[in-house]
Amino acid sequence: MTEHTTADQPATYDEWLDAIENGEAFYLESPEGHGSLPPRRVCPHSGSTELTQQPLPETGIIETYTVVHVAAEKFSEDTPYVSAVVDFGLVELTGVVRGKAPEAVNVGDEVTVGVETRETTDDRLVVFRPV
Amino acid sequence: MSTVRIAGVGLTPFGAHGDRAGRELFASAALAAFEDSGVDRTAVDQLNYGNFMGALAEDQGHQAPLMAEAAGLTCPATRYEEACASAGVAIREGVRAIRSGEADVILAGGMERMTTLDTGKVTAALAIAADELYEVRAGVTFPSAYALMARAYFERFGGERADLAHIAVKNHANAVDNEYAQYQKEITPEDALDSPPVATPLHLYDACPITDGASAVLLVSEAYAETHDLDAPVAITGSGQGGDNLALQDREEMAQTPATTAAAEEAYTDAGISAADVDFAEVHDCFTIAEVLAIESLGLFEPGEGISAAREDRTTADGELPINLSGGLKAKGHPVGATGGSQIVEVTRLLRGDHPNSEAVDDATVGLTHNAGGTVASAVVHVLEATQ
Repeated sequence: MTEHTTADQPATYDEWLDAIENGEAFYLESPEGHGSLPPRRVCPHSGSTELTQQPLPETGIIETYTVVHVAAEKFSEDTPYVSAVVDFGLVELTGVVRGKAPEAVNVGDEVTVGVETRETTDDRLVVFRPV
Repeated sequence: MSTVRIAGVGLTPFGAHGDRAGRELFASAALAAFEDSGVDRTAVDQLNYGNFMGALAEDQGHQAPLMAEAAGLTCPATRYEEACASAGVAIREGVRAIRSGEADVILAGGMERMTTLDTGKVTAALAIAADELYEVRAGVTFPSAYALMARAYFERFGGERADLAHIAVKNHANAVDNEYAQYQKEITPEDALDSPPVATPLHLYDACPITDGASAVLLVSEAYAETHDLDAPVAITGSGQGGDNLALQDREEMAQTPATTAAAEEAYTDAGISAADVDFAEVHDCFTIAEVLAIESLGLFEPGEGISAAREDRTTADGELPINLSGGLKAKGHPVGATGGSQIVEVTRLLRGDHPNSEAVDDATVGLTHNAGGTVASAVVHVLEATQ
């Protein structure tokens, strides 16, 4: 089977997770100054195809969160867990907040991003931890 | 451009239908629509069928020709999938086909089986309407996505769980006399507030149930209705559709739903009306917060005012602008691929005067439907008007 990979192929989602794990977290920026996350060939905000990788800020701010009590089966042993959308400037990331009791999480909390695994499966998971 | 009239409507009761096959449920709704209309089945030019999770819930793909066969049709059939807005899109494409002159008679609607799956599996099935890479793999579920929006709304505009509880109370009250509703029972604000958490701040009574059901709407051109002397007093006079980024993290705004606003503006312009002309609406209240987002983005309430509308009796059956007189998705039920058609059925019955809650809108001439997909990454709005 031929592997169709080329030098100009945009980063994949797994490569993006790898980058976070290696301390090289990045986002994609268009010339118009919009941010997005891979895999992208087109900026979802400006339509530009000139996307460059930029380093993700070290910390972000929790914009909204929820404590999930009823999960899909692949997260059934993770409950309760805190899902959050975190603002990293030009991009927002969605993940699970760990290292803090659910009732102590607040909008405005400053967090870092990392990659860990779920409780239910060995799948990788975007995780936020308090600064 | 031909005006589109609603010649007949049909529903199955919403709820748990045991081992009944989806095809038989859709046939039941379709036959009810034909009986309601007096149109012969051989007159149908095409079937526009909405379904979301049939490949998961019944291991059945390629459903449209199967549903046509089940309903006794021999015409071409196409499935439309836009998550929970699937039937809304199926209706809209039917409207467009009749207006273009390509068709005179279209059966549109949808069907969903959901109770075939246990809670974990149905939660996973519903979640595929979200962004698989950036939301589902991060643990986001359908309720938790709306919970993220609810918290964002509270942060921006204020509001509390008690406000949401009154939306659930209102919609349950509206469903009591609706023979098609899954929950024909009243609840109290305390019932809602005391129910277990699903994804905070949303609790069980903030959420629509898991539902099986089908809807069918027979759309005809005005010329066909006149030629065949049909009693079709309700017309679809406006149609609109809007879209947004699929993942919440990619949106400019989580406390508002611009896809709904875009769909509404197109539908209002199409019908030659404004939001102020709307007498009542069926909106997509898959969660209580979704009703708030809908009535604000539709322009029926100012941003920040929707949260208290039910609590202040502004959207109750005897309020200034009744919302979800059918019971809504919350109490009538939400068989996702059928819901957009069901909303058209209910507004039609309300305008014709043959709905159990028609008395609440006996002077009404303009009704609205709002059907949303996922976290409103897609939205379809229709304006229905009584013309006789």
